[in-house]
Amino acid sequence: MAEEKKKKESIPRQEMPEQEPKVRNKNFDEVPLGYSPELARKEAERCLQCKKPSCIQGCPVGIDIPGFIAHIRDGEFTKAIRKIWEKNSLPAVCGRVCPQEDQCEGLCVLGKKDKPVAIGHLERFAADYERLYGSGELPPQAAPTGKKIAVVGSGPAGLTVAGDLILQGHEVTVYEAFHKGGGVLVYGIPEFRLPKEIVASELHYLERLGVKFEYDVVVGKTLDVDELFAQGFEAVFIGVGAGLPTFLNLPGENMVGIYSANEYLTRANLMKAYLFPEYDTPLMQGKDVVVIGAGNVAMDSARTALRMGADKVRIVYRRSEAEMPARVDEIHHAEEEGIEFFLLTNPVRFLGDDQGRVKGMRCLQMELGEPDESGRRKPKPIEGSEFTLDCDLAVVAVGAGANPVLTQNTKNMQLTKRGYVVADPKTGKTMKPGVWAGGDIVTGQATVILAAGAGRLASNSIQDYLAIGW
Amino acid sequence: MFEILRRELMADESVVLNEISAPLIAEKAQPGQFVILRANETGERIPLTLAETNPTRGTITIIYQVVGKSTALFKSMKVGEKFMDVIGPLGRPTDIEKIDGEVVCVGGGTGVAVLYPITQAFKDAGNNVTSVIGARSKNLVMLEDRMQGASDELHVCTDDGSYGHHGFVTDMLKHALDTKDVRLVVAIGPVPMMKFCCQMTAEYNVKTLVSLNTIMVDGTGMCGSCRITVGKETKFACVDGPEFDGHQVDFNELTSRLQAYCPEEKQAYEKFKCECQSS
Repeated sequence: MAEEKKKKESIPRQEMPEQEPKVRNKNFDEVPLGYSPELARKEAERCLQCKKPSCIQGCPVGIDIPGFIAHIRDGEFTKAIRKIWEKNSLPAVCGRVCPQEDQCEGLCVLGKKDKPVAIGHLERFAADYERLYGSGELPPQAAPTGKKIAVVGSGPAGLTVAGDLILQGHEVTVYEAFHKGGGVLVYGIPEFRLPKEIVASELHYLERLGVKFEYDVVVGKTLDVDELFAQGFEAVFIGVGAGLPTFLNLPGENMVGIYSANEYLTRANLMKAYLFPEYDTPLMQGKDVVVIGAGNVAMDSARTALRMGADKVRIVYRRSEAEMPARVDEIHHAEEEGIEFFLLTNPVRFLGDDQGRVKGMRCLQMELGEPDESGRRKPKPIEGSEFTLDCDLAVVAVGAGANPVLTQNTKNMQLTKRGYVVADPKTGKTMKPGVWAGGDIVTGQATVILAAGAGRLASNSIQDYLAIGW
Repeated sequence: MFEILRRELMADESVVLNEISAPLIAEKAQPGQFVILRANETGERIPLTLAETNPTRGTITIIYQVVGKSTALFKSMKVGEKFMDVIGPLGRPTDIEKIDGEVVCVGGGTGVAVLYPITQAFKDAGNNVTSVIGARSKNLVMLEDRMQGASDELHVCTDDGSYGHHGFVTDMLKHALDTKDVRLVVAIGPVPMMKFCCQMTAEYNVKTLVSLNTIMVDGTGMCGSCRITVGKETKFACVDGPEFDGHQVDFNELTSRLQAYCPEEKQAYEKFKCECQSS
């Protein structure tokens, strides 16, 4: 036994092949290329199959991680994906975008001495293998119940609810304001990190199960929640995300050449502006780009700017490297591709030319003081440190808030002071009977897997409701 | 869905009217609201304020001037063809109320199409409405009959004097301000027209509404493309507007934001024209 453990420990973590930084920073193809079956099985071999696996504790949806990894190790790839599906309906997405280092992999015991098992890579492998080579056989579905459920928003939370409830035999209709489904997976996360073909295949899978998608419907405008009940829906799930861009509220911020990250990425991703003029939506091409913020969205914006042909792209962040909220992988990828980091730097106003176009940013240098309410050391300005950073394009990526279009047009919906929907964290139930909510519209901007997890809790609760009542 | 049921060319064929099947939107839309349209898979999302809605027929009507690739593409679509996407109704409706005093509605160019349902709504609310519409030349005057029907008094102005009053709409606006007890002005048209109307009404201290046709992407408050300084605050035309207090709008900022994509727009339009010629 000890010998076997030793053998396992002698296998190094199998790195996933990637496009070379100098090649990939000029194209929009996916950066990591995926495991071959051989690499996947070798990596799976490393898992110690702990009796009390701590990795599962780190997974917001509680996937049986050693279970699916054992199937990969044994070459039983279909069994592996079925094991994951028990808890997570979006593995191809989560395998790519989850912050594994803070979740499952962060708790893997192998990580204490060596590198943790590449759980995210293995999850991605299982999902990709099924998509490319699987039988396409649909999971068993319960007999039709005749009950109708409406899902508002087709992001990770909504898709999870739809996938769960359609398997329970209910009729599910998903309403989406945009012309394409996937929510943040299509408008926010770039092609090079999450190919849209993968999102399309998740949607197609749900359609094959019988989920109906109604695009171009803005619930709160085209229809409202009470009308959905009047149309015969028995439960409504709201998963509309945190679609309100946060600006810095600095002088000059409305000048041409300053984008919210939401706009910059929506143009690039959803509207495919990177293919202009083949696609009609344009995106300004900066040569000297600054991105304010250091989360995943900031990294996505910076790497998009590089691929759009910028000579120089700089991340400007008011705290230090340790506080950067982005996934480690994203920061690493950005650095490799040539993004520069201006840390402990805070913009104070934008500078423009006489045409009203941005040409620079006045900034202050910062130092870290005492920890603030978030537990991170609070940045404070260094006196007399003001300087100018030239730029011809700026992207503001400092988070998103609650979009009010649905919430303000829904009666009896209780909201927090900041406009988020009040919902029970265990069930997703809102204060409005028959209505559930989950994902960013409840928690504020978070991750795909947390939204999917909230969707799973809500679908369980909706299932109970349809059986026994509110 | 979104089939073109009627198509008319107006104002020397530079302006197009499309009546489109969109029952859900037609049922909800109110004066002042807009829709976002996309012609096909590679198309842009273009916001256009509604010129008319007909809930019984389940249709909405848009009237637009051909200014670039996307509107040229819209124009190329025939009766029976479908828009790929129409989203709405978006934005806040006009606050229609009975005003104690005269309402003056001023429209220029295709702004008249947007102005018409608003004028009609003020008229239907029991207001005394004087309207002023303008165009460069007689053949470009739009919706004169409709505006006549929606107003107690209508003045038509042309820049070249080929029809009606020879001069700008601001001349007739000034006339109304001088001779009537005007309490509200609605000015919709090209940015310079709205700007000059607002400068004038500010002198008379008369509340003035303008409708802004900014660049948008989603139209639901998600991107901030349409942001504009109103008073000292940043507002989103898509959810806070499209109508604002004209005396508070930063028209210079609006002008520069509207020109943000001039080079790209030109490139796309030239490419489209070449493709049309070669096919």
